[in-house]
Amino acid sequence: MTAISPTDQAAARATSIVAAEAQARARLRKRHALVIGLRLAILVVFLGLWELCADYNIIDPFFFSSPSGIWEQIWSWITEGTSQGPLWLQIYVTLEETFLGFAIGAVGGIVAGIILGRNKLLADVFSIYIKIANSVPRVVLGSVFIIALGLGMASKVALAVVMVFFVVFANAFQGVREADRAMIANAQILGASPFQITRSVIIPSAMSWILASLHVSFGFALVGAVVGEFLGAKQGMGLLISTAQGAFNANGVFAAMIILAVMALVVEFIITRFENYVVKWRPAPFNEQGT
Amino acid sequence: MQSQTMAAEKLSPAAPPADAAIAIDDVTLRFVTPDGHMMTAIRDFTMTVARGEFACVVGPTGCGKSTTLNLVTGLLRPTTGNVRVMGNPVTDISRDIGFVFQADALFPWRSVLDNVAAGPLFRGTPKKEAYEKARDWIGRVGLSRFEKHYPHQLSGGMRKRAALAQTFINQPKILLMDEPFSALDMQTRTAMQDELLDLWSGLKSSVVFVTHDLEEAVALADKVYVLTAGPGTVKSVYHIDLPRPRVMSDIRYDPKFIEIAKVIWNDLREEVQLGQSRGLQASH
Ligand SMILES: Nc1ncnc2c1ncn2[C@@H]1O[C@H](COP(=O)(O)OP(=O)(O)O)[C@@H](O)[C@H]1O
Ligand SMILES: [Mg+2]
Repeated sequence: MTAISPTDQAAARATSIVAAEAQARARLRKRHALVIGLRLAILVVFLGLWELCADYNIIDPFFFSSPSGIWEQIWSWITEGTSQGPLWLQIYVTLEETFLGFAIGAVGGIVAGIILGRNKLLADVFSIYIKIANSVPRVVLGSVFIIALGLGMASKVALAVVMVFFVVFANAFQGVREADRAMIANAQILGASPFQITRSVIIPSAMSWILASLHVSFGFALVGAVVGEFLGAKQGMGLLISTAQGAFNANGVFAAMIILAVMALVVEFIITRFENYVVKWRPAPFNEQGT
Repeated sequence: MQSQTMAAEKLSPAAPPADAAIAIDDVTLRFVTPDGHMMTAIRDFTMTVARGEFACVVGPTGCGKSTTLNLVTGLLRPTTGNVRVMGNPVTDISRDIGFVFQADALFPWRSVLDNVAAGPLFRGTPKKEAYEKARDWIGRVGLSRFEKHYPHQLSGGMRKRAALAQTFINQPKILLMDEPFSALDMQTRTAMQDELLDLWSGLKSSVVFVTHDLEEAVALADKVYVLTAGPGTVKSVYHIDLPRPRVMSDIRYDPKFIEIAKVIWNDLREEVQLGQSRGLQASH
């Protein structure tokens, strides 16, 4: 008769758990690879079809461009520069306007949102004006700014600011209003002054609302800057698009569009990293666990 | 006399003495509802808590228990009557008060350590001292291994321990608790009740503990206030003459405890039924 000691059993169970875990990890890796592979495949098929259709004149490359044409345009901008100077300068100018407008609009929106969110009277008085201002189509303001502030940077920054301000303001205001009342009462009883409550309860609890708006509004800031340049400028990606449009250069329009998209994606990535850093106290959402 | 043999001695409410820790004297509080009507939350309410006394308040939902606590904190003001804490009229949020909430009121973006240190930091204690104190209190509630955790990483019972440490670190002379353990499971609740009595016996603060669980009230209290269905007023007051220290897991089977709970339940039952039938009418 052979007896199986409990320690043997435990050891056997431990090895089987390790094996199962390794298997599960391998499955996860495989799935991840599959997702990436499919994404790449779709991109290749899409670009391939576009190129083929353009080659066989199923769509007219003069109007709808083609991947190879766009790439040639980007490459020539990189190596030979654009008609308005080096490509990097155009990117730099647009980014500078975007960031300035984004920063001013976001800070203004956050401050205004917190002040009005904390003060019922101010909120009741100003809400009507904010609604009115918000309903003005903001892109139209671009023309006003160009008349008032000229062709330089200021008019683009101003347009980016108004694009960003209202989005951030609305979210900050809402976030302040949603702050948990029990939590505020708790801080008050623990001994917090009104300023301490704002700093250590109101702002952190509005933070996820504010960060959500920063995601969206960076795109708005970029639109503001580009539209501003489009309406009248001496430098920038918007001018590049409007020049290409004037010359019926579809390749140029698409190429500029792609460069803008890459810029937006890079910044979006940085904002996401920043967000994860700021709200590391938050539980990971279920759909992000395990990837 | 009958009240001599019975552990639950019914007291007659009297005007509060001047040196009481908490004195609510003939208070009525009306809310103005959003549509402009007046709504009486509590009326002709008189209650006294002596220094170092543990008072429990039971009553049907909506009878004004939370309102009563908020009168003591100063977050609400009485329409008529007056409220005194440690002999002084309530004008502002007093530094002597600690409050444990029913829902989680921990700050989710702060670790356990930062949560517990919040009180002293708000009150201007130097950082180093505040954190030393916080570590000490975290140790007392048995959370030392979790001081770096965020609230969402803790179980419900652990969060309540952290909340107790957060409140007790200010060493409040007055401790107010609004159904603090009602969301916990039975075993955790019993453990937390023991923890609370332990902390309280070290601090000797005066407590008002609101609950809708009569057995919890009898097990913890020196004195139980039974409120009427809303608008709430004090229906009767019972003195609970059970020896301390009490052990929560055993006291439930104590014949004296059972007898007291029965007597008070007879009193409370009518109000609960009344409260429920009103609630049903209101929803029709
Ligand atoms: N801020 C308020 N405004 C209007 N009515 C309120 C307010 N707070 C509480 N009430 C009303 O006062 C009554 C007592 O409420 P509360 O003290 O919370 O009851 P309890 O804690 O006993 O369940 C309830 O009918 C409630 O609807
Ligand atoms: Mg309540």
